[in-house]
Amino acid sequence: MSAPAETAGAADSSTLRTARHDRLRLLLRSVTFLAGMAIVLFWVGCALFGARLVPYDPYSGDLLNTLGPPTADNWFGTDQLGRDVFSRVIVGARDILTVAPLATLLGTLLGTALGLMAGYFRGVIDDVLSRIIDAVNALPLIIIALLALVALGTSNTTVVIVIGVIFAPIIARTVRAAVLSERELDYVGAARLRGENAFYIMFIEILPNIVPPILVETTVRLGYAIFTVATLSFLGFGIQPPSADWGLAISDSYGLIDGGFWWTVLFDAFAIASLVVGVNLVADGVQSAFET
Amino acid sequence: MSAAPTAPAADALTVSDLELAYRVRGHDRQVLRKLSFRIGRGESYGLVGESGCGKSTVALAAVRYLPRNGRIRGGQVLVDGRDLFKLGDSDLRQLRATTVSMVYQDPGRALNPSLRIGRQMGEIFALRGIGKAEAHDRAEAMLQRVRIADPRPVLHRYPHQLSGGMQQRVAIAMALSIEPKLLILDEPTTGLDATVEAEVLDLIARLRGEISTSVLFISHNLAVIARMCDRVGVLYAGTLVEEGATRDLFNDPRHPYTVGLLRCLPRRGRRKDHGRLDTIPGFLPAPGSVMQGCIFAERCALADDLCRRVEPDLVDLGGRHSRCHYHDKAPGLPRATPSDMAAPLAIAREQAPVLTVANLAKTFGSGLHRVRALSGVNLELWSGETLGLVGESGSGKSTLARVLLGLTAPDSDSRVELDGKALPGSTDDRNPEQVKALQIVFQNPDSALNRSHSVKGLIGRSLAKLAKVARGDRMARLVALTRAVRLADRYLSVRPRQLSGGLKQRVAIARAFAGDPRIIVCDEPTSALDVSVQAAILNLLADLQAERRVSYIFISHDLGTVRYLSDRIAVLYLGRLMEIGPAESVFNGPHHPYTEALLSAVPAIDGQSRERIRLEGEIPSAINPPSGCVFHTRCPRKLGEICELHEPPLLASEPGHEIRCHIPADVLAGLQHIAVDEKRFPSRLPK
Repeated sequence: MSAPAETAGAADSSTLRTARHDRLRLLLRSVTFLAGMAIVLFWVGCALFGARLVPYDPYSGDLLNTLGPPTADNWFGTDQLGRDVFSRVIVGARDILTVAPLATLLGTLLGTALGLMAGYFRGVIDDVLSRIIDAVNALPLIIIALLALVALGTSNTTVVIVIGVIFAPIIARTVRAAVLSERELDYVGAARLRGENAFYIMFIEILPNIVPPILVETTVRLGYAIFTVATLSFLGFGIQPPSADWGLAISDSYGLIDGGFWWTVLFDAFAIASLVVGVNLVADGVQSAFET
Repeated sequence: MSAAPTAPAADALTVSDLELAYRVRGHDRQVLRKLSFRIGRGESYGLVGESGCGKSTVALAAVRYLPRNGRIRGGQVLVDGRDLFKLGDSDLRQLRATTVSMVYQDPGRALNPSLRIGRQMGEIFALRGIGKAEAHDRAEAMLQRVRIADPRPVLHRYPHQLSGGMQQRVAIAMALSIEPKLLILDEPTTGLDATVEAEVLDLIARLRGEISTSVLFISHNLAVIARMCDRVGVLYAGTLVEEGATRDLFNDPRHPYTVGLLRCLPRRGRRKDHGRLDTIPGFLPAPGSVMQGCIFAERCALADDLCRRVEPDLVDLGGRHSRCHYHDKAPGLPRATPSDMAAPLAIAREQAPVLTVANLAKTFGSGLHRVRALSGVNLELWSGETLGLVGESGSGKSTLARVLLGLTAPDSDSRVELDGKALPGSTDDRNPEQVKALQIVFQNPDSALNRSHSVKGLIGRSLAKLAKVARGDRMARLVALTRAVRLADRYLSVRPRQLSGGLKQRVAIARAFAGDPRIIVCDEPTSALDVSVQAAILNLLADLQAERRVSYIFISHDLGTVRYLSDRIAVLYLGRLMEIGPAESVFNGPHHPYTEALLSAVPAIDGQSRERIRLEGEIPSAINPPSGCVFHTRCPRKLGEICELHEPPLLASEPGHEIRCHIPADVLAGLQHIAVDEKRFPSRLPK
């Protein structure tokens, strides 16, 4: 049955838009995506320019004004070393917004390569890769990350590598599934009949067609990465002092909540939550624009 | 059985001045324009047109089951005398449950995969308040009615356990269960094999004699409509352009579009050396485009100022109608494509063949699950000739193509030689010359063209890789190649998605020709295309062959196109060659009983009924092929035990024409005499 609404017998290129444009339009009309993007861009702005805009030096304390409650001078109060919490929250975006995206990027690159190979070659390569993927996915992420960081010693670079490597198999699984359906299409056969090698077929022929699911997976992973980095920092294995990182700040101050010094924890917690929510809103928007 | 008594004079379906639009991105796109037609009691009405003409929309409108963005902007639809658009929800449901039913194109999707057939059919009766036991009996009776010999086990099966033909019978049985006044068949045989299609059409024709249901039959296939319908309406861009009794309309069309459509078809034994097929220039207007004057004027060779200014009315020509200012001149429509073509190639059979295939076999799987997809295939292909491959789906046509191309490796004792030199089984092991020599045009260009690459990239890569054209010369070669496939330069920068089906297939053909191949496998290259586009592609393939002396292996289920393009034809059944020979000998006979059955399954557009030989059931499984002659289980001319025990050899009936049958060729000729006669003088119609 011919679907009448999508018929375009004529190939008048002026009336037709490419898939990419359609998706972009859908994305820019999605309230979810725009709201998420606003939150994320706010924090990105803080990470980039925060250090120049904040009212106080976030790293030097005022020992005469420790644990001061929110006032007109210190909007979010001060911490136990007398540092301005507002300034620290703003500047605290920097490390997590460096480490988490880099980790996600690394995971996406590795995972895409692995998934392409598993899906394209099938056979033994697929079996081995798939079992490794299953094994990694079976273990709780945070435990492996902790063990790896204990073994390797902690620094921003190792956090990026460890999270990236752990994410790779998860992303590889998504990529593999997409490749499996793509490799059955005749253009892959046509490429083989042209004498193309496997590398060309995987990266030039197949990869561009599976960008949408990879993009969706990446944005979803970014949310998890932020969460994981914050958790690791809280546990002391992530971002290290003297950074103003949110997870680190919470870990420094959470014992003070009992004493009524809620402002030392609340604003950092809120920052983490808002960033994760923002990224997830973006992911939702991307997903609904790309998977329809 | 209808609950609501109606006036006996009411037509089964009356559509008057129907205006319908789809709302896309905030704009209404008009798909049906002032559409009017009626279907009388017991009448069978056919609606033909190319894809995008609005055929299916008519079907959906007739049950008021439009997609959510469908808007009715005017007009009226009366089903059994009742105004469909004025009915309330419960009345509408009642109407669908008692008066009108529909059969869709793909029965596999129309049946619920998780319910047994008995349960699904029972639901229809339950809706009408019939008890379970009686519903079961009635379902069984309905299945018997659609010629399912043993209905009991079928009732207990799930849809996926039935073959396509069986599924469609069940769907028809379900549609008829309510004893509808109007039965709508939307391309009911399009997804089926020709032999199964013939069976289903026979069934519908016979059922029409038994029950007095009116039928709205929708199809893009003119021959099917010609066979099944009393009256026909031709739909173009949502407008009825011509209407009349089937015989009149197909024998003496009075609208340029109908004339063009009929000329596009390679029929009455037309072959490439008879000249090019005619085509319809241009494209169907995009849905929703606003037109002044005649909607077909842009593509019509008769169009003049009047046509572009004034929209013609549906002119009454005495029992038939044509929406054309010049309906009297329509039969003399000037050709859009000149008939003359380069002299067909003389094939030098005394020279060594380009391709030699000896004892080719392909077995999938291992152990108990071995599927012999191909076995003992021997054939030769000469330079510049076309070998047609025919057979039902499952006969091994596509496997043969994939093996030759090197996409699937054959069994180890097979021999394939290119120019006398052994050809490695996998394309990865072939040298660049061998890779270059064999190319393919796939059936579905959407799948064959990488949607992320531009036309320029798609063809350019083949030029670089196969023809080893240096970067500097590439653009010139690219333009030359796209011109050779009649593709305008402005399409070079676009992506396949922005092209119509025919243009996409041209890109695929250009790509196949990029490396100046010796042999091109055409795997159903036109089956996804409309007839007018198909004609243009067939012309193009014939022209390119004459220019470049390439050989084709042409796979198709459409015998008309195979006959048009092929010099020789090979008939496959269950992976075995049943017959091979010059195209005319294979078509004119004596031919293998299987070929005979394939030929008689094709509905003739002239509407003549001829002696039909029907195959029973479906092609058997290749896991466990029948003993002896693999065709004996379905053969209408089976001799007896000898067919079950011994596989007949391929014997020459005349030089170059071999048949695998125990019946000697001269006896076959005698048995098939009547059919031969009719095929030799098929036409009483003016050309």
